[in-house]
Amino acid sequence: MRFTGDKVFKVLVAVIAASALAILIITGYTLSVGSMPVLQKFGLNFFFGQQWSPAAGREIFGLLPYILGTLATSGIALLIGVPLSLGIAIFLVEMAPRSLRVPISYLVELLAAVPSVIYGLWGLFVFRGFMVTYIETPISKYLGWIPIFSGEPGGLDIFTAGAILAIMIIPTVASISKEVISSVPNSIREGAYSIGATKWEVIKRWVISYGRSGIFGAVILGLGRAVGETMAVTMLIGNATSFSAMPTSLFNPGQTLSSLIASGILDASSPFAYSAYIGAGLALLFMSLIINVGAHFVMTRVFKVKGGAIE
Amino acid sequence: MNTKYVITIVAIAIIVCAIVAITYTPVEIVSLNGAGASFPFPLLSSIITKYQDSNSYVEINYNPSGSGAGISALTDKTVDFAGSDASLSISESEKAPNVLHIPETIGSIAIAYNVEGLSSGLKLTGQVVADIFEGKITKWNDPAIAKLNPDVILHSATINVIRRSDSSGTTYIFTGYLSAASSSWENNVGQAKSVEWPVGIGASGNQGSAQTISSTKNSIGYVELAYALQTDMTFAAVQNPSGNFILPSLDSTTVAAQAVASLGLPAGNENWSSVNLLNADDATAYPIVGFSYLMVYKELNVIDEMTQARATELVNFLWYVVHDGQDLAIDVDYASLPSNVVDINSATIKSITFNGQQVLT
Repeated sequence: MRFTGDKVFKVLVAVIAASALAILIITGYTLSVGSMPVLQKFGLNFFFGQQWSPAAGREIFGLLPYILGTLATSGIALLIGVPLSLGIAIFLVEMAPRSLRVPISYLVELLAAVPSVIYGLWGLFVFRGFMVTYIETPISKYLGWIPIFSGEPGGLDIFTAGAILAIMIIPTVASISKEVISSVPNSIREGAYSIGATKWEVIKRWVISYGRSGIFGAVILGLGRAVGETMAVTMLIGNATSFSAMPTSLFNPGQTLSSLIASGILDASSPFAYSAYIGAGLALLFMSLIINVGAHFVMTRVFKVKGGAIE
Repeated sequence: MNTKYVITIVAIAIIVCAIVAITYTPVEIVSLNGAGASFPFPLLSSIITKYQDSNSYVEINYNPSGSGAGISALTDKTVDFAGSDASLSISESEKAPNVLHIPETIGSIAIAYNVEGLSSGLKLTGQVVADIFEGKITKWNDPAIAKLNPDVILHSATINVIRRSDSSGTTYIFTGYLSAASSSWENNVGQAKSVEWPVGIGASGNQGSAQTISSTKNSIGYVELAYALQTDMTFAAVQNPSGNFILPSLDSTTVAAQAVASLGLPAGNENWSSVNLLNADDATAYPIVGFSYLMVYKELNVIDEMTQARATELVNFLWYVVHDGQDLAIDVDYASLPSNVVDINSATIKSITFNGQQVLT
């Protein structure tokens, strides 16, 4: 009796595990079939072209500006979000008194529960004005000669979108990093202190180093959210298309793959244009896969650790 | 104790149900479904509300999903009527033959701007507007703008162009105007519900455009007049073919439709793709104007769920929209139809049939 139960359970779990793979394959297949018309017409130019015109008779579709836009916004999100998240995690585990630790980590996790449209609205009405007045205008005044800071800051641009993404990935990265850091055995810390290391040295050399694969996994999860995030980005990135969407300056309007799909697919003018938006979805899926596989590769080969995304 | 309590509750529930069942007399609700352009939605919903006040057994649903979505739904025969800011193209009419065009209101597109110290009435020509939206004019004090506005002090600020990011009938009318005004625009961008914008920040919907213009300094964009009026935006006077600079208003919009209609419009069952209210030939007409249409099949039995009762209610409703409904337009900042367009609509609605019989009696 017990034996059969185990067998049934084993099969059941195997089926559930297989369904994860199946969903990925089915999604990839559906997107490939849906984007066939546009891929047949443009081939690789679909991924490396810069023009996007859904107007009947002038239809031409190229994804390069949006692929680069996705990389740019996600990159900014990581640059701003990861140091902040690590700071939060280290503070909570290594320094905060117990009475602060619980409420703060609870608040950080609460940030993850805020729906992205709320971040978008807040970004549009509050954060955008703050960015323009206190960050973008001073940067453009003193550093405007650097190409990536050129142009007139208007607040609906790649930088604002990246900054809001940074805020959105903080709860993910911070709370996982916190778990990773607190799982570092105390014996490691005690050993380090006993040979005369300062707190800073302990954190830098031993704690972070011990938990690096887990922290890296947290960063990858954050990156995954940044790459796919749609609603808040669509509301803040300025939705440029074609040549004007090339992310040449952080203060220019841009577009990511997901915001392109969100703003155009519902009223695509023709089945052909529709297939171009499906193709953008395919590109987004590929990008996410490449980023995740690449991250895994970096982790195993460069950091020389084994295992899955999170340890 | 507990059992008694439960019994009491059940008894009350049964009595309530019985009362409801006795007093309830079922009314045959006729429901009509439409979908399409979002621009006329505020007007249509106030007309529908008013119409249902006196015809409570009719339920009319209009889903403002966009002109393109409305035409697809009508082609698939999943709605009884569609709304569209663009007439059917030749290829669309081939897919949905025998569709009648019923212009139900007139759209007017305001060139709205947000420049500190600049009130409504900045003078612009079609060529200048086209050059701004093509990225050829980038500063507010460009000589081309300054020449038209000698009395206005313009600053050297960069122009922030705001345009629609979604597919829209408003964009269709606006890009049609730019194509007529500038050959460079016509060759490089053209007219469509969604085009390859050379510059600008994309915002979704008229509401989104209006909000983005209002919150972005030194910006310019185009929004439907009703939205511009309701949100107190500042907007430009645009030069019409007579050389006059005209501010968009409900009057200057109706005048444009009247002028074009007086030269003759097609019958409801003919092709409307050549109808064009842009640059109407009247000294007081605003130049960036277009019809918003309701579309129905001439023979209603092509829709599977159509019945005699539904056909009658649909036709009565359409009749109401183009006649009494027009009186509601001014309250929601929409231009009402001129009488010569109403006459054409009357003939069109009378021509609607169900199983070969004229519906309107």
